[in-house]
Amino acid sequence: MATTIGHVDEVTLGGAEVHADTRSFVRKYVFSTDHKIIGIQFLIMSLIFLLLGGVLAMVIRWQLGFPKQPMPLGGVLPETMAPGGVVLPEFYNSLVTMHGTFMVFFAIMPLLVGVFGNYLIPLKIGAPDMAFPRINMASFWIAVPAGFLMLAGFFVEGGHAAAGWTSYAPLSERSDLSGVSMGQILWCISLIVLGLSSILGSFNYITTIINMRAPGMWWFRLPLSIWSLFVTAILVLLAMPILSGAIIMLLFDQTIGTHFFGPAQGGQPLLWQHLFWFFGHPEVYILILPAMGMASDIIANGARKPVFGYTSMVLAILGIGVLGWGVWGHHMFMSGMNPTLGTSFMISTMLIAVPSAIKVFNWLGTMWMGNIRFHVPMLHAIAFVSMFTIGGLSGIFMAATPVDIYIHDTYFIVAHLHYVLFGGSLFAIFAAVTFWYPKMFGRMMSPFWGRVHFFLTFIFYNLVFFPMHNLGLHGHMRRIYDPTQYDFLKPVQPINELISISAFLLFATQLIFATNFIVSWFKGAKAPENPWEDNGLEWTVPSPPPHGNFVSVPHVYRAPYEYSSPFVTEDFLPQNRELPEGVPSAAPHS
Amino acid sequence: MSWLLPHGASTFVGEIDWLYYLILWITGIAFVLVEVLLVWFMIRYRARPGRKATYYHGNTRFEIIWTSVTAVVVVIIGVLSAGRWNRIKGRDMVPPNATPIVIHAKQFEWLVTYPGADGALGSADDFQVRSQLHLVVGQPVSVLLTSEDAIHSFFIPAFRIKQDAVPGMNIRVWFQPTEVGEYELGCAELCGLGHYRMRATVTVHSREDFDRWARDRAALSVNK
Amino acid sequence: MAHAGALHDEDVMLPPPGREPGAGVYNEKLGMWVFLGSEVMFFTALIGTYIILRVAHPTAWKAPGVVLAVPITAINTFLLICSSVTMVKAFASVQDGNLSGLRKWLIATVLIGSTFVGVQVYEYRHLIEKGFVPSEGLYGSTFYTMTGFHGFHVTIGVICLIFVTWRAFQGRYSAKDYRGVEVIGLYWHFVDLVWIILFTIVYLI
Repeated sequence: MATTIGHVDEVTLGGAEVHADTRSFVRKYVFSTDHKIIGIQFLIMSLIFLLLGGVLAMVIRWQLGFPKQPMPLGGVLPETMAPGGVVLPEFYNSLVTMHGTFMVFFAIMPLLVGVFGNYLIPLKIGAPDMAFPRINMASFWIAVPAGFLMLAGFFVEGGHAAAGWTSYAPLSERSDLSGVSMGQILWCISLIVLGLSSILGSFNYITTIINMRAPGMWWFRLPLSIWSLFVTAILVLLAMPILSGAIIMLLFDQTIGTHFFGPAQGGQPLLWQHLFWFFGHPEVYILILPAMGMASDIIANGARKPVFGYTSMVLAILGIGVLGWGVWGHHMFMSGMNPTLGTSFMISTMLIAVPSAIKVFNWLGTMWMGNIRFHVPMLHAIAFVSMFTIGGLSGIFMAATPVDIYIHDTYFIVAHLHYVLFGGSLFAIFAAVTFWYPKMFGRMMSPFWGRVHFFLTFIFYNLVFFPMHNLGLHGHMRRIYDPTQYDFLKPVQPINELISISAFLLFATQLIFATNFIVSWFKGAKAPENPWEDNGLEWTVPSPPPHGNFVSVPHVYRAPYEYSSPFVTEDFLPQNRELPEGVPSAAPHS
Repeated sequence: MSWLLPHGASTFVGEIDWLYYLILWITGIAFVLVEVLLVWFMIRYRARPGRKATYYHGNTRFEIIWTSVTAVVVVIIGVLSAGRWNRIKGRDMVPPNATPIVIHAKQFEWLVTYPGADGALGSADDFQVRSQLHLVVGQPVSVLLTSEDAIHSFFIPAFRIKQDAVPGMNIRVWFQPTEVGEYELGCAELCGLGHYRMRATVTVHSREDFDRWARDRAALSVNK
Repeated sequence: MAHAGALHDEDVMLPPPGREPGAGVYNEKLGMWVFLGSEVMFFTALIGTYIILRVAHPTAWKAPGVVLAVPITAINTFLLICSSVTMVKAFASVQDGNLSGLRKWLIATVLIGSTFVGVQVYEYRHLIEKGFVPSEGLYGSTFYTMTGFHGFHVTIGVICLIFVTWRAFQGRYSAKDYRGVEVIGLYWHFVDLVWIILFTIVYLI
């Protein structure tokens, strides 16, 4: 609340922005209001949860690949989870629940929105910081206790939540059905707290993008990463409160005896599903849109070419943002809701395939006739396009309601969601982390180890998740502790083994990324201002940028992807570079 | 590792499998097209000294063409799906001669109530069996699906049927087996500790074999 | 939230200077409007649930007035509306530079707002004593959840109002900078509007 001499806490003004930062270590790096530091704080927190989510996946894969066998290092787990290192069924249900919960809420979402939303928005629009730096700080420091609450569930009696990350009622609200009580309650409280953090972040991002763009940064000159973060922030703003409301009702059913979702006194189990998925579908677009936006930035950079069809790309982002509200029922085709509703959701779901397809074609169009540099971010971004395509195409099977009868709640769905969330979002995150690492830390990550990590990840990733399509087509259900209980699944158990072994190798490969990340922070080659020869405003300031970002307000003269422009000799042309009188800033185009 | 569906044995197999293979062809072609173009562009347009990218912002006509093609394709798939969906799940599509059965899902078993010799439920000759579904080949069966506790899901892969069982709701699902044999039923919705072993056997009999089984069973089991 | 010790002469009641035109209002005002969008969605989840459950199972509800005390709540509603009027008067005062008017009307708003919360708490205790508790079927579940979270939002509003009043007494607002007053006013009117909807559908229908 009190201002500090020499430091402006809220910079809503133009004029001199960079100035000496004379604050203490704690004010600068712990309770920081600088969007760049907050972005890095989210990065560290999210990477830790990504690792944890991966560890949980390893235990799941151990049990699925080698059912009821003692797990290596399993002895460290308590008797309530894995006596003698053999995973218990109740622990297995918690594992699948917490893997999903950690990955969706504490890894992918904060990586895309908390890290890159925070880091990129002010820099790429030419602002000194967010509109509300102190609220930004609060957003991170509220997420931290949410994380601790979610971790705490492993240590309570009854174990952690075990009703799936989707927490369907009545299983999630009755401890007599699930065997879990405190764990489910902590799950609810943690997500309510995290929701507050997300909502605080979202209105900050929206206000900043609307009101603080540098002169010349017209709406249709915003990089696609910013367009996608803008629409994502709107989705977060409007969808998270629905989840909060639903979880509050679930929590009240669990604790004070209300009857929202329990049928005994007129409550409706399906109501939980409608509320959850009304949030949940926009949520999956929250999990992919920023990835798409950043991939666009990186592909244009790698191809040295303007994004193909920039305006359509913007319209596709907007289209996905709007249409995404009307498809939630496609998660509920088998739920018992009126079949006619199923038909209407099927139609809306088919339609939303179109804007995603547009984006894939336009990424291809960007690479076409380019002069492609295969730097590590570009490798990951290209992988993003190819893997997201598979994920998107597999979605068509489940959108077709009759086929969904067969594949719903099987491993076909698990394959689909991992192709879009890992093949899509996570590859884009690897691309983005590598790409913006020099700006964040002033050092380059090792390109050699970056390539090793990329190739091994790509290979093992596909070995893990592609066969899951086949498992699902065979009828292999989701969330089952021991597939060998079923005769019809015994023939495909070798596929489970293959997947598990590949998964262990995939996880081990991530240690390369982690090591590269940590070691480069201290020993990486010093990064120049613009190592990728990119056009974004963030590359016109030092690596890392000073507090306040820009010495003076940048002026923007052109669209974001003017690569290989005929008006200059270099193959890139930053948005704020002023050209001599009479030279066009960009080619006139639609 | 096959993209073929396993052998199916109900009247729905024709509808569902056909649609699946159609979508497999369409998405397969799209997949090959995108990935081949991607790899080709990576090779053809890789950076080499002295090269420059073409300064090109897009082509609205191409965009309109491929957007329209995509939209038409997905609409066609949608139309083909809608009729099939209605024939399978439509609430008024249950064949009038279907044998009525009640299946009450509970943690972690399936309680199946058969109508007995009079073919009507709710009468004195009904009998109940745990986790065994016995059917007559070629005879449609109309299941009233209920749940005791959590949400379960009634899934017989070989018949291509799935339906969630929701406590507080009475949901109808019907199907018609086409081949004599032994099949399996699994629960396809996480329902607690024993979800993974909520299994039932499904036996499709000839009419005579079923009648014999039903007679023997009715004599043994306790009436509701 | 006022920008104390301004280093520049710009009018802080305008959008950030030297930027592309955006919403045409200063950041804090835009921020509050955007934030209220999330609050609309939150209450939509709760109120939407109520509507769905009630339409499906109307017998779970009693007729208006049988359980709930409509007269006293109607008076409470009137009070809350009055507090929006006092809030408007506080806002008008500071716009005119009438700082004593600002302080007076802010205090009035705090007092009336606190009274509203107090009456709600009193009503809750009375209902619970009568046996009408949150676990009393769908009726109790929805009543307490909707009005409880509304009351929670009013309480947060009162706390913020106290904070703004204190700052007013510190002389932080003037005709040149009354952002904090305007922004809390927006929130307060929103909370009032939600109550009018709730009162209608919970108490009168």
